[in-house]
Amino acid sequence: MKILTGNDLRSGAVTWWNGNGWSLFVDDAVDVGDDAEEILAREEAARRVNVPYAIEARIDAAGNVRPAHIKDRVRALGPTVRRDLAVPTANKTGWDWVI
Amino acid sequence: MYKYDQYDQAMVDARVEEFRDQARRRLEGKLTEDQFKPLRLMNGLYLQLHAYMLRVAIPYGTLNARQMEALADIAEKYDRGYGHFTTRQNIQYNWIKLEDAADILADLSKVEMHAIQTSGNCIRNISADHFAGAAADEVVDPRPYAELMRQWSSFHPEFTYLPRKFKIAVIGSETDRAAMRLHDIGIRIVKRDGEVGAQFYAGGGMGRTPMIAPLIRDFVPLDQLITYAEACLRVYNRYGRRDNKYKARIKILVHELGAAEYTRQVEEEFAHMLSVGVEPPLEELARIAAHFELPEPLRRPGPRAGTPLTPERIKNIGVPGQARDGGFEAWALNNTHPHRHPDYVSAVISLKPAGGIPGDATSEQMRVVAKLARHYSFDELRVMHTQNLLLPHVAIADLPALWQALDAAGLGSPNMDTIEDIIACPGLDYCSLANARSIPLAQRISERFAASGRTEVVGELKLKISGCINACGHHHAGHIGILGVDKKGKENFQLSLGGSEAEDVSLAKITGPGFDEDGVIAAVEKVTDVYLATRADGERFLDTYRRIGMEPFKEALYG
Repeated sequence: MKILTGNDLRSGAVTWWNGNGWSLFVDDAVDVGDDAEEILAREEAARRVNVPYAIEARIDAAGNVRPAHIKDRVRALGPTVRRDLAVPTANKTGWDWVI
Repeated sequence: MYKYDQYDQAMVDARVEEFRDQARRRLEGKLTEDQFKPLRLMNGLYLQLHAYMLRVAIPYGTLNARQMEALADIAEKYDRGYGHFTTRQNIQYNWIKLEDAADILADLSKVEMHAIQTSGNCIRNISADHFAGAAADEVVDPRPYAELMRQWSSFHPEFTYLPRKFKIAVIGSETDRAAMRLHDIGIRIVKRDGEVGAQFYAGGGMGRTPMIAPLIRDFVPLDQLITYAEACLRVYNRYGRRDNKYKARIKILVHELGAAEYTRQVEEEFAHMLSVGVEPPLEELARIAAHFELPEPLRRPGPRAGTPLTPERIKNIGVPGQARDGGFEAWALNNTHPHRHPDYVSAVISLKPAGGIPGDATSEQMRVVAKLARHYSFDELRVMHTQNLLLPHVAIADLPALWQALDAAGLGSPNMDTIEDIIACPGLDYCSLANARSIPLAQRISERFAASGRTEVVGELKLKISGCINACGHHHAGHIGILGVDKKGKENFQLSLGGSEAEDVSLAKITGPGFDEDGVIAAVEKVTDVYLATRADGERFLDTYRRIGMEPFKEALYG
């Protein structure tokens, strides 16, 4: 599947396209199929996201969205060495899938 | 230390307001990210993995207590309560909001600091020997020359768009504590027949193509220092490659031309520039130098400089019979450096607790260090390129009280220059360029050696870890170096041995195929096993490696 990610313009926080807007939680990401470029152009122009891009991802056995590349998996939860600073979703999903 | 004059302050204040307007226009959509990116980078604002990151310049690593407190306040008010001290003696904040960035720059300006030229293809923060002005072995205090070069290079219109970034280090001792020859230009201030001048090295660097800078001029008179630097930069600016980012650093130009031809061109340009007259008057250097006069008690040190503290001397520090915790003696032995005044030392504050994140300090720790600098070190402190902090002028008699305060704040690790004193870049935990994580390796290695008690047995061993080929963790210069790479989507780590960034500079060589995370930690242990089994009396790890070569280590790792 193909999902979209970027950073919030004001806060810089990592965000994920959920079909209607940008979520802080990777599990909210939706498959955009062939619409990636159109959504990226529209959302960046509207300043709802900064430096967005499309990435490959998969759905794991439990139904969670998991970015294919290690860099985006680290982005999804936060620094592995400061788990106290992680986005809240980490409490639900654990960290095993990141590395 | 240097104090801003009206021109310095006016320039920095004007830049803050300029950036405030640029950020506002970006937030209002009047600038695109492509238009804004070079503007924010000129003010040290990156977009990293998790958020914006602000890199603040700390000129030649020197701070006063008020400045350190301001850095602590910024961490608390705008970030998440901590900062990360870097291998270029700067500090980085990892969780900055764009809407706060101009306010942060304004707060910095109030304490004579900024983030200008901490990014971009310009002359970056000038680094220097962290023991400058204090070291017993110093020939000339390099700070006035570093400050002169800071002023010359700040907003230099000709060098704002160089082919690539440009890093300068200045030292004033035979001992190199600033990786001087691994800089684009390395300058050693020297004294010849009583005359002070500068040795120039050019074309060094780490990154994907590490090179050791060759000597290009053995003595540049002080009244030609800036002119010569200008000539070095002009030749590079004109002929450095702009067609290929990976070949754009000055080291490639010097290498491709050859040191002799590069030098010839610099000398030709130098002769021309002398006729133009760009050198500031020596009175300006004298004005700057006056800011670096030592505190009164240190000005007349007497006929002999300090020597390394011995266990016997440490036992007699402070009040006779005074009870003290056992950790003090190890700390005083490992973490102090001889001072020009025999009754003083420079005291290293480790930001490397076993299992900790190299270079990170909380706001509270920064405030503790500021307070201690005020109380014990004439209001002065330093950031070391090894990602530690330093109080440059501490009375030996004050060491027990200082150590107790540091230890209470989690800053008393006695591990300077040991295998626990690991340089590690932010790596894949924070950096958008990284391929692998550096910090967890540093944490696990330091924890393991501390727990087994082998740190002290191994002695001096400089381990440096980079999470990508850009080498911010100086892995090329590690006695043991580790480079993280991406191997089919998995972290993989190349091990290298034999590097040094000191006066015995050398580049580390790769041992062979890489390892996974557990494997590289085991490999570091095996390498130290070989060292311990084969070292001769008094040999450091690096000495043993140079004597026996790579083969015994390879045999242990892959045999």
